[in-house]
Amino acid sequence: MADMHSPSATNHAKEFIAFHIGAQTFCIDIMAVREIRGWTPATPLPHSPSFVRGVINLRGAVLPVIDLATRLGLTQSEPTARHAVIVVQSAHQVVGLLVDAVSNILTLTPDAIQPTPEVASEMARTFVKGVVASGDSMISVLTIHNLLPEPILDAA
Amino acid sequence: MDPMASIKQTFFQECEEQLVELESGLLKIEDGECDAETVNAVFRAVHSIKGGAGAFGFDQLVEFVHVFETTLDLLRSNKLTATPSLTKTLLRASDVLSDLVRAAREDTVADAHAARTIAAELSALHGDAAAGAHEEEESLESLEFQPVAISLDSIFDLSGDDEPPATQDFIIRFRPGPGLYAKANETVRLLRELAQLGEAIVECDTHDIPLLSELDPEGAYLSWTIRLRTSEPEARVREIFEFVEWDCELDISVADVGKLLEALQEALEPGDAPVCIAAAASPPRIEAEAPVVPAPAAAADDERGHPSPAKPEAQRGDGAAAAQTTIRVDLDRVDRLINLVGELVINQAMLSQRVSEAGLSRASSVAIGLDELEQLTRDIQDSVMAIRAQPVKPVFQRMSRTVREVAAMTGKSVRLVMDGEGTEVDKTVIERLTDPLTHMIRNAVDHGIERPEDRVAAGKPEEGSLRLSATHRSGRIVIEVADDGAGINRARVRQIAIDKGLIPAEANLTDEEIDNLIFLPGFSTASTVSNISGRGVGMDVVKRAIQALGGRMSISSVPGRGSTFSMSLPLTLAVLDGMVVTVGGQTLVVPLTAIIETLQPKKESVHELGNGARVIASRAAFTPLIDVGMVLMYRDEPIDPTSQVALLVESESGAKCALLVDAIQGQRQVVIKSLETNYGHVHGIAAATILGDGRVALILDVDAIVARPRADMIAADAMSMAAE
Repeated sequence: MADMHSPSATNHAKEFIAFHIGAQTFCIDIMAVREIRGWTPATPLPHSPSFVRGVINLRGAVLPVIDLATRLGLTQSEPTARHAVIVVQSAHQVVGLLVDAVSNILTLTPDAIQPTPEVASEMARTFVKGVVASGDSMISVLTIHNLLPEPILDAA
Repeated sequence: MDPMASIKQTFFQECEEQLVELESGLLKIEDGECDAETVNAVFRAVHSIKGGAGAFGFDQLVEFVHVFETTLDLLRSNKLTATPSLTKTLLRASDVLSDLVRAAREDTVADAHAARTIAAELSALHGDAAAGAHEEEESLESLEFQPVAISLDSIFDLSGDDEPPATQDFIIRFRPGPGLYAKANETVRLLRELAQLGEAIVECDTHDIPLLSELDPEGAYLSWTIRLRTSEPEARVREIFEFVEWDCELDISVADVGKLLEALQEALEPGDAPVCIAAAASPPRIEAEAPVVPAPAAAADDERGHPSPAKPEAQRGDGAAAAQTTIRVDLDRVDRLINLVGELVINQAMLSQRVSEAGLSRASSVAIGLDELEQLTRDIQDSVMAIRAQPVKPVFQRMSRTVREVAAMTGKSVRLVMDGEGTEVDKTVIERLTDPLTHMIRNAVDHGIERPEDRVAAGKPEEGSLRLSATHRSGRIVIEVADDGAGINRARVRQIAIDKGLIPAEANLTDEEIDNLIFLPGFSTASTVSNISGRGVGMDVVKRAIQALGGRMSISSVPGRGSTFSMSLPLTLAVLDGMVVTVGGQTLVVPLTAIIETLQPKKESVHELGNGARVIASRAAFTPLIDVGMVLMYRDEPIDPTSQVALLVESESGAKCALLVDAIQGQRQVVIKSLETNYGHVHGIAAATILGDGRVALILDVDAIVARPRADMIAADAMSMAAE
C-alpha cells in the first residue's frame, strides 16, 4: 500500500471499498466513504420505505441507515453487532449503508471495470455501473447516488 | 462578498447598536438623568453614525445627522436645556434617524418629509440657543465658518472644471479645539491623510503648552502648519478636514513664495526668526534646517514626547468602552460549539450509563470522577447557551417607539414603563419576538387604554400606563404587557364572537373562556379598521407566533383596572422540554408546551364514534382519541385504551386531542436534532433527539398528528369517490 500515494501508481487508478452482502461482493468509491462502524440498533422511522432501517446516533448527528440488501432486492438478514455500517456522503446528505461485512480495499484503473452485463435484474441496471473480475469471483461496482432516491425524501 | 459590502454590513450593525444606545440615553434624559455622561453617550452615538454615513456617501443621512448632532452638541455644552418638549423632539428625531438608517441599509427611499420636519424643528432650536446667552460665541463661530464654505464651492467650480490643476503648494494652518478630541477625532490621522495627497511638510507648534500643573488633560494646545505640495484640488484637501472643521481653526491657502515666507514667519515667530529668513531664501532647505519633520514622524514624536491632548481623551473613551468588552463572532461558530456541547452532554450520559451497567459502585473513583464530569459538562452547556442569550432590551426599546407613535395617532397619553430589560433569552427568540410584541403593544394602546377624558371621568390619571416586563421563571422567560385601561369588555367580546359565528349564541362561558375568545382566528374587536391595529391580523396571529416559538399566552383582565397579557417562552430553541413516552416499544418525546394534562382512560369514558373512531370524555367534553402507535404504524391493531395513558394536547390551531401512548417515562430537557439534514421530513415527526443511552428518539409533531384524522377522512372520501 506504500506506493499508493506515489503519483504514478494512482495516476488513473481509484480506490474502492469492497464488502459482502450475502454471497455477492460489491464495492464503492472510497472517496464517498466517511467512516465504517459497527451496527447499533436503529430507531425506526414511521412512513419510511422498507429499505430504511431507521436512524442512528453518529456522534450527535442523526444518521439514516439504509439496508443495502433490501435496497438491492437481496435477502435481508437480521443485523447483528458483526454487521457493518458504511457511512457515505452523497451530495449534502450523509447516510449509513448496512452491509454484512467489509472485506478489503481495491485499487482499480478505469479499464479494469467492465460494463455491466445485460441481465434482467432491475437492481443491476439501476445501481451497478460495472463489474470487476477478482480471481474467480466477480465484484459489482455500485454508484451511491441513486441509493437514496427522491421518493425517500417525499416519503412523508 | 464584495469587501465594501461587508464593511457596510459592519457599519449598519454598529448603527443598530448606536441607535439603541441613543434611544436608551434619550429615555434616560427624559427621566431627568441629564448628566454629562448620558449626554455624551448620546452625542457619541449620533456622531459615529455620521462618520460612517459620510464615508459611505449616504448624503441624506449625513445631512440629517449633522443637524441632529448640532442640537445634541448644544445640549452638551448647556446651551440648550433638556425640557420635556426638547426630549420629545429628540426622541422623534431618533425615530427618524433609525428610519433613515434602515432606508440606507435596504437601499430604499426614506420618508424625506418626516426628516425635513424634524430637521427644521431642530434647526429652530439651534436658532433659539444662538439667540440665548452664548450669542457672541455662536455668531463668531459662524462668521469664521461661513467664508470657508463659499470658497470651497467657487474653487471647486472654477479650477475643477476648466483646467486640471498642476502641482500646487498649500499652506494649511490647523489648530484643533478641545471639541475635536472630544469627538474622538485624531490629529495624527488627519496629518497622515494629508501626507498621502502629496509631499507634506508638517510643523508642530508647541508654544501654547502650559506648565504641567496648569495643563488641562482634556484641553488642546497644539497647532500645526502643513506645507503640502500636491496635484489634488483644494476641495480634496478640505475633504480631509470635513468632519472636524467645526471644531478647529483651519486656514487653507495656496502658497506662493511670498505667502510661504509670511506663513512661516508667523508660525515660527518670535524665537525662530533667523531660521525662517534662511528658509525664505531657499525653500528646499527648510526640510533640513527648520524644525519640521515629515508627517508620520511628527505624529509619533508628538505622541511620545508631549502630553498630547488626544491621548488622555482616547484613553478615556477606551475606558468607557472597556466596561463592556465584546467581540463579534459569526453565529455559525457559536452554533457549532453549541452542537458539540450537546454531543458532549449525550456522551457523558452514555458513559455514566455504561459505568453503572459495568457494576461499578457509586463510591468508586470512576463513578466519582464521572459525577464531576457531569457537573462540568452542565456548566459548559449553560455557559455556551449563555453566548446566544441576549438581553431583551433592544426589542423593548423598539416598543417605546411603537407606544409613542400609536399614542400620538390615537390622541392618547401613554407612559411605557419597562422592567427587566436585562433579562436574557436566546437570540432567535428575541428576533422572532419583535412582531408579536409590537402587535400586542399596539393593541394595548389602541384598545386597552382609554381616551384621556374617559380616564379622568373614571377617576384615573390622564396619562395611561403600560408596563412591559420580563422575568425568568422556572427555566422560561415570561414577558408581560400590562395596561391600566378599561379591561376586556366581556359582554362585547361575547357578542362579537356570536355575531361572527365563532361560538353558539347560547354558549355558557366562564370569564376566562370569554377572554380567550380574542385569540380566535377572525376575531377583531375594533369596529373600524384603524391604521394601528386592525390590519387584518388579530391576536390569533400573535398567539400562533408565540406558539411557534414553543411559548404559551394567557390573559388576565379586571374590568376597569386593565388587562395583562403574558407569554411564557423557552429560553432557547436548541433544547426543548419534553415528556418522554413509550409507544409500541419505541421511545418518543412529546413537547411539553403542547400537553394540557394527562388522563388515565377508563372503560366508561371511551366511546366509539362511527367506524373505528373513538372519543374520550373528559370534563363533560368529548375529545377525539388518537392512538400514536397506529398513526406512526408501530402496530396494526389498536390495543385496549385502559392499559394506556392519554395525553390531552392542544395544537397551534387550538384543536384539542387526546393522544394514546403506552407509558410515560418522565419529563426531560432534550437537545433538538434535525431529521431533514440527512433524511427528509417525516410526517408526524418534528425532529429527533439523542437520549442518555445514545439512541435516537423522535420528537412528535403534535400539530400534524392532531390534523391527521381530518386528513384521513379526506383521503377516505377520495377513495370512496374513486371506487364509485
